[in-house]
Amino acid sequence: MVFEYAPAPESRDVVDIKASYGLFINGEFVDGTGPAFKTVNPATEETLAEIASASSDDVDRAVQAARKAFGVWSSLPGSERAKYLFRIARIIQERARELAVLESLDNGKPIRESRDVDVPLVAAHFFYYAGWADKLAYAGFGDKPLGVAGQVIPWNFPLLMLAWKIAPALACGNTVVLKPAETTPLSALLFAEICQQAELPPGVVNIVTGAGETGAAVVAHPDVNKVAFTGSTEVGRIIARTVAGTSKKLTLELGGKAANIVFDDAAIDQAVEGIVNGIFFNQGHVCCAGSRLLVQESVQDELLDSLKRRLSTLRLGDPLDKNTDIGAINSAEQLAKIKELSQAGESEGAERWSPACPLPDKGFWFPPTIFTGVAQSHRVAREEIFGPVLSVLTFRTPAEAVEKANNTPYGLSAGVWTEKGSRILWMADRLRAGVVWANTFNKFDPTSPFGGYKESGYGREGGLAGLEAYLAV
Amino acid sequence: MELPVPVGDAVMVSTVTTSLVDVASSDATLRAFLHGLPGVDRVGADQRAAMLSTRSIKTTAKAEAIDLAISMVDLTTLEGADTAGKVRAMCAKAMYTAAGAPRVAAVCVYPDLVPVAVEALGGSGVKVASVATAFPSGRSSLEVKVSDTALAVAAGADEIDMVIDRGAFLSGGYMKVFEEIVAVKAACGDAHLKVILETGELATYDNVRRASWLAMIAGADFIKTSTGKVAPAATLPVTLVMLEAVRDFRARTGRQVGVKPAGGIRTTKDAIKNLVLVNETVGEDWLNPDWFRLGASSLLNDLLMQRQKLATGRYAGPDYFTLD
Repeated sequence: MVFEYAPAPESRDVVDIKASYGLFINGEFVDGTGPAFKTVNPATEETLAEIASASSDDVDRAVQAARKAFGVWSSLPGSERAKYLFRIARIIQERARELAVLESLDNGKPIRESRDVDVPLVAAHFFYYAGWADKLAYAGFGDKPLGVAGQVIPWNFPLLMLAWKIAPALACGNTVVLKPAETTPLSALLFAEICQQAELPPGVVNIVTGAGETGAAVVAHPDVNKVAFTGSTEVGRIIARTVAGTSKKLTLELGGKAANIVFDDAAIDQAVEGIVNGIFFNQGHVCCAGSRLLVQESVQDELLDSLKRRLSTLRLGDPLDKNTDIGAINSAEQLAKIKELSQAGESEGAERWSPACPLPDKGFWFPPTIFTGVAQSHRVAREEIFGPVLSVLTFRTPAEAVEKANNTPYGLSAGVWTEKGSRILWMADRLRAGVVWANTFNKFDPTSPFGGYKESGYGREGGLAGLEAYLAV
Repeated sequence: MELPVPVGDAVMVSTVTTSLVDVASSDATLRAFLHGLPGVDRVGADQRAAMLSTRSIKTTAKAEAIDLAISMVDLTTLEGADTAGKVRAMCAKAMYTAAGAPRVAAVCVYPDLVPVAVEALGGSGVKVASVATAFPSGRSSLEVKVSDTALAVAAGADEIDMVIDRGAFLSGGYMKVFEEIVAVKAACGDAHLKVILETGELATYDNVRRASWLAMIAGADFIKTSTGKVAPAATLPVTLVMLEAVRDFRARTGRQVGVKPAGGIRTTKDAIKNLVLVNETVGEDWLNPDWFRLGASSLLNDLLMQRQKLATGRYAGPDYFTLD
């Protein structure tokens, strides 16, 4: 019997999207003075809302509000700051469904992921750093906050990246001006409402929406003491140049081209799941995605057969359907980039494969895709695609696996699949990557630091190490 | 007396073995084969099963799934207190579950009650399955196990649910387990053989995968998780590992083997989770009662209750569903 799943859409009724949104400055929503822009649902191309754009004057007002609030916020006892953070974490849990639906609408990611991964991790981050607020003296980085943090975050995990930035900043006593990505501002604006609901003192969190110029104004503002950025290596370089020669402290979390390394003694069925989770999770819009599969030649055929069979069961479509595995590509611009790089893969001679996968007529979509016969020199093996595209390479010995894995300008993450514990440790010692996952991939936890080597950036977010970025060490 | 063969004159004899029959020539070859299977990572298998159990099966899909699940039930009573009357009542329910609903796949009873079930079910098409081989512990001699099987088959059982010797398996006596399955299979004649692994006692997923292959190589028509007498019984990850085993076995040998999770499946939700697991692991080839069964007793009434709820929009009280 063919078992077809009937549509099981999550209801949109839980979210109340306004026709237009202002900026969140000093605890209030205010109009922006820049030209307003639209945010669309990438699965349907329907306009969701009109968003105010912050000019450099608006950014200046936000920084002033944050500066004023810094005095109050930083002098609160840590245990008092913790109360606010705990309160925010609990409200996030209470409003989890609303946040998940809004995130899926604005970003295009499947509701299963926003519901089971993004939002629970967001709450966990606030809970975790709330716990640190009154224990900073024991962390080893002192307990002096830096001041005003200017934070610029990407569109792939809009709310989660907000949590990674805001939770440690606030726990350490800093105040923030945060700019969400242009294509995904809605969950950050709902977070602003949550700050009001939690009665967070005005000015502690300020949200300024807008495009690249707004972000540049945040980064360049002379009264910002700390800059934190997650996004492309290209923009990261510009930010580093802007900040160079100032007293601003900087952390960058940039691109990646992670190797997911499968040895012949791996648990094959779980390795296949890990490969799928590594590159097709969040449509591959993950900086630490396992976009290069390095498979030992002796199991290549078996593994690829299993992988292809598994890809044929992936369900692509409506992000709000609870059974969807692969949602929409976030923007037309990103889709064009994925198409361009995939085209390059073909013309450079790699073999392209996708399962039979009908794409919806409207919206931005790309089928799960594998390139086999990829060489290290191919663009699909070197450049970050940031989409559901996997490049498959092979190796013969552990040393060759390490050499190929490290042979990239990036160094954010890596995965190792083997049943042999000693080999995991041997590999982890040699892989130049901020995170090495053993027999799993794309696992996140607020207690675990995250960050890159080389062109993947510097500084760590999460865990004890994540405090360092927000304290005057 | 054999003379040593001079090396220079040695006849080239091919020692290349391809068939799985050769795997079972000794404990050593069996061990080498079973321990050469890819491992199962427990964390990963648990995660995959948990992810699949988030599938949301609604409306028309739910209606189809409920009827499919009913048609896959092996309606079971395995109590010391079983009587002919109890078995007849269960057989009546097996043949007529509810208006418009399919009948179940089989009833499952102890060997001495097989004649009662055969008579009660007549030509209804509902199969009679009997546990055998010193169920549930399997702690007896091979002779007793074979006669237990022969007794059930002679009484008209269509299917035999045997248990493996878990003690032998856990102590590395793979050959003993293998030979017992082969002997019981021979005693089955035309009856189908389901081999119960009792996964709750095997403890690791690696063992579940090895025991699955061992049973299939020995000739099992079905592999079954549990007796229902040991907890944990049929968990989703264990069923997942067994489904992967039958999938890989068919790819290697061309022979399809069925899977039967049994024990602990009590609700419609549980049953649907199992069907989703089948659907996304081995696909439609296994989605019928010839290749997938659910061993259960109380599950049937929950399926019927949900079926009626879906048709009428209302829950009827438990008194509207017969306790058989």
